[in-house]
Amino acid sequence: MHSHPTLPQRFHLDIPLLLAILVLAGIGLVVLYSAGGEDTGLIVKQGVRFLVALGLMLLVAQIAPQHLAYWTPWFYAGSLGLLVLVLAVGDVGKGAQRWLDLGVLRFQPSEMVKVAVPAMVAWYLSERALPPSLPRLLVAAAIIVVPTALIAKQPDLGTSLLVAAAGVFVLLVAGMSWRLILAMGALCAAFLPVLWYFFMHDYQRQRVLTLLNPQSDPLGAGYHIIQSKIAVGSGGVFGKGWLNGTQSQLDFVPERATDFIFAVFSEEFGLVGSLGLLTLYLFIVVRGLFLAAEAQETFGRLLGAGLVLTFFVYVFVNIGMVTGLLPVVGVPLPLISYGGTSMVTLMLAFGILMSVHGHRRLLSD
Amino acid sequence: MPPAITLKNKVREDAVVRGRLLAALAGILVLLILLVWRLTDLQVVGHEHFITQSENNRVKIVPEPPIRGLIYDRNGVLLAQNMASYTLEVVPEAVPDLDATLVELGEVVEIPQGDVERFRQLVSRKRSFESIPLKFRLTEEEVARFAVNRHRFPGTDIQARLTRHYPLGEVTAHVVGYVGRIDEAALKRVDPVQYSGTSHVGKTGVERSYEKVLHGTVGYLHVENNAQGRRLRVLDRVSPTPGSDLLLHLDAALQGEALAALEDHTGAVVAIDPNNGGVLALASKPGYDPNLFVNGIDTETYGELSGSNLRPLFNRAIRGQYPPGSTIKPMVALAGLEYGMELATGHTFCRGWYQLPNSSHRYRDWKKSGHGKVDLNWAILRSCDVYFYEMAQALGIDRMHEFMTRFGFGERSGIDIAGEATGLMPSRAWKRAARNKPWYRGETLITGIGQGFMLTTPLQLAQATAIMANRGRIVPPRLVQAFGDLDAEQFTEPAAAAAALGLGEPAHWLPVIEAMEDTVHTPRGTAHRIAEGMAYRMAGKTGTAQVFGLAQDEEYDEAKLKRTLRDHGLFIAFAPVEQPLIAVAVVVEHGGGGSTSAAPIARRIIDHYLARELPGAADMAGKPAG
Repeated sequence: MHSHPTLPQRFHLDIPLLLAILVLAGIGLVVLYSAGGEDTGLIVKQGVRFLVALGLMLLVAQIAPQHLAYWTPWFYAGSLGLLVLVLAVGDVGKGAQRWLDLGVLRFQPSEMVKVAVPAMVAWYLSERALPPSLPRLLVAAAIIVVPTALIAKQPDLGTSLLVAAAGVFVLLVAGMSWRLILAMGALCAAFLPVLWYFFMHDYQRQRVLTLLNPQSDPLGAGYHIIQSKIAVGSGGVFGKGWLNGTQSQLDFVPERATDFIFAVFSEEFGLVGSLGLLTLYLFIVVRGLFLAAEAQETFGRLLGAGLVLTFFVYVFVNIGMVTGLLPVVGVPLPLISYGGTSMVTLMLAFGILMSVHGHRRLLSD
Repeated sequence: MPPAITLKNKVREDAVVRGRLLAALAGILVLLILLVWRLTDLQVVGHEHFITQSENNRVKIVPEPPIRGLIYDRNGVLLAQNMASYTLEVVPEAVPDLDATLVELGEVVEIPQGDVERFRQLVSRKRSFESIPLKFRLTEEEVARFAVNRHRFPGTDIQARLTRHYPLGEVTAHVVGYVGRIDEAALKRVDPVQYSGTSHVGKTGVERSYEKVLHGTVGYLHVENNAQGRRLRVLDRVSPTPGSDLLLHLDAALQGEALAALEDHTGAVVAIDPNNGGVLALASKPGYDPNLFVNGIDTETYGELSGSNLRPLFNRAIRGQYPPGSTIKPMVALAGLEYGMELATGHTFCRGWYQLPNSSHRYRDWKKSGHGKVDLNWAILRSCDVYFYEMAQALGIDRMHEFMTRFGFGERSGIDIAGEATGLMPSRAWKRAARNKPWYRGETLITGIGQGFMLTTPLQLAQATAIMANRGRIVPPRLVQAFGDLDAEQFTEPAAAAAALGLGEPAHWLPVIEAMEDTVHTPRGTAHRIAEGMAYRMAGKTGTAQVFGLAQDEEYDEAKLKRTLRDHGLFIAFAPVEQPLIAVAVVVEHGGGGSTSAAPIARRIIDHYLARELPGAADMAGKPAG
């Protein structure tokens, strides 16, 4: 049984997942070429980002889960500290304090938190046998709520909800009882009006209202939704062809290289292309869940599963927004949207997943 | 690090986590199905709808206005043209702060206060997102200065536009009329599709009545544009069809001559070619500059024009209603002949006044001492009132009304511009309806000399004269001779349907026309003074319309009366008598007697016209009287 490890095994890589990620990133660059107005400079920039993120993923994959678990509390504490720092001295970008200017690069601590929160919850729950007891669940809830509230205060409601979701997913996977889950769901529903009246800003409320009736403001807030639906719908079954989407190429689709890049993809490649893309995402999610399930120690499988579920939430929220199912929130389409921050976070997550899976045998030795 | 986990715990944990992961997978599949359903809904079910919307986004249809037809007079003189000029235009909806922009624009390009005022008026009545001109005829330097500062003024731009221009200005204002910007009121009259790119529409005169012909057909550009509205390329073009040119019967030089001949008087001159009804001159004095109205007139100038008691905007030639006075005596005489009145072939004795039986009221003749023995010829050429009192008394108002209506009195002539007044040919029925009073005998008498209720427009007088010249053939008056492409000589002539007055005995024309000829050409004729040096034969009739009623024993003393109370001078004429080429009616407001004020004007314009149409006559006209 002690045969020589293969190259992927040696570097703790999961080839199916890696291939899927590479294909996805390749599609991303192809769509970006069209969405970015055939700007090769943009492609090079995004390609370099992907390579950096890929390197990071490979690096993280080499770290054994135990070491990841060891550093988790520090990572979590550091993230909280940065969140507080952002509120104190952060840059104001697009009307919200999200950025920390480090001189060389501007940095969004809330991205770190997207990994730090599920990691901390997984670390805490893996100390005792699963399923967790009620007191432990309450502590875990506190681990989630504190950073969530800090991000909501920036204000960045979308990210704070995603961060909370990442933590909650770990709780769900850890075996929190269905009864509690239902109770929590009911509590959330009850909390919605409070959220609406006390925590949401006018522009956020407007986004929700606009989703419900885009025609109420066709030139203002409803414009994004209307134009992106036109782009998707006019793509039809087979699409208008690469570089031929009139909605995209003539600038009718807003934010077409970033948050609304799915509208460009869907207009140019149609329903067939969209279903293909969804299938690829589904493959990554299923593969990711499989890797988590196969993991041997609790911390790794909880964190892995939480990250994969969060990844799917990104996909769902983004496509739901572009097709007008959900309100406009700033969530990029994973590995397709132009931008570096979210790509780094995602690749970091895949790196953790590979580490969790790739170090099994070492553990069983 | 967590403490060691027991095997039992490990197995239980595996089961819990795997169960939860399966549940999560189920949830993921449900959400994916939701997305697939949504995509199908948009891309398959709603595809038609969205593809239409995306095409509407991409392709804008931009109307291309046709070029308006030109207007020429009978000799090819240009009366209305399109001139290219640079215009500074503003789309008020696209300007953040209109007041501030106007002030700042004023620093770049000088904008007179009148223009700003006119601009504000246009803004208050404009169509939405319409580009409103602020200043016209920018110089090259102003264009350059604006171009440099253009980024400061969103919604403001310089356009090269074709502006309607009337080279003869005041001379043709009442005939050609003018175009004006399409405002809310005008928008109701025009086809919104045809006028989608058009900024101006005919407001008065020929410009208005031939709007359909002049305008042409709108063209379209199918333009691909981006979200910012920038034009990327033209996909398709349907060229506009230019409007037709108009060729008028009007003789611009003759029109100018008529206005000049009126000198300082207010009044009107109408000249018609009896052969085809063509209106050769339709002059109303004073006039106005139609170019002021094309792009909106400022309040002050408009106030001056509309408030002036000389009423320059009022088209006297077709709207002015005057008592015709003695000018209708030939027609009354003809009625007498036609109805077989004894007096028409016999004579009466004029003592200077006429009395109805059983009445003490004396109807006075203009000549206090009377005309003595008067027959039809003498009555017309001396303009004896008593003869026509008697004739009117013999005919009665009913027959007079019937006969005069055949000459077009009391009815619109049907000329091809709007605004014509009907005039008034009184009758018993009219008086009952309008005044609720019976008809009195005395009113019949004064109707016989063109006084009392009777009112005519200068155009009606000219048309009645043309009918007389034609010996009963009636051709409706027309300003427009033809339209189409005049350069290519491909044009259509509107059909002029001739009718006949239908005299029972055609020979009756002869003595009446002879008497009119004698009015000009015999030494005792009321218009004999204008015959001097005349190389052709003219038939005419003088007239004087009272503006101010005199009491029974009062004397009319022109010198004592204020100008506005003085009589109107009238004259009708046609020439040459045997083959008439022109029929004229002249009204000189407050000009005094027609023989001195109006008749010389008629002579002058008939001379002018025949000099071209009948060169032989012109030569002779130049010679001194023999």
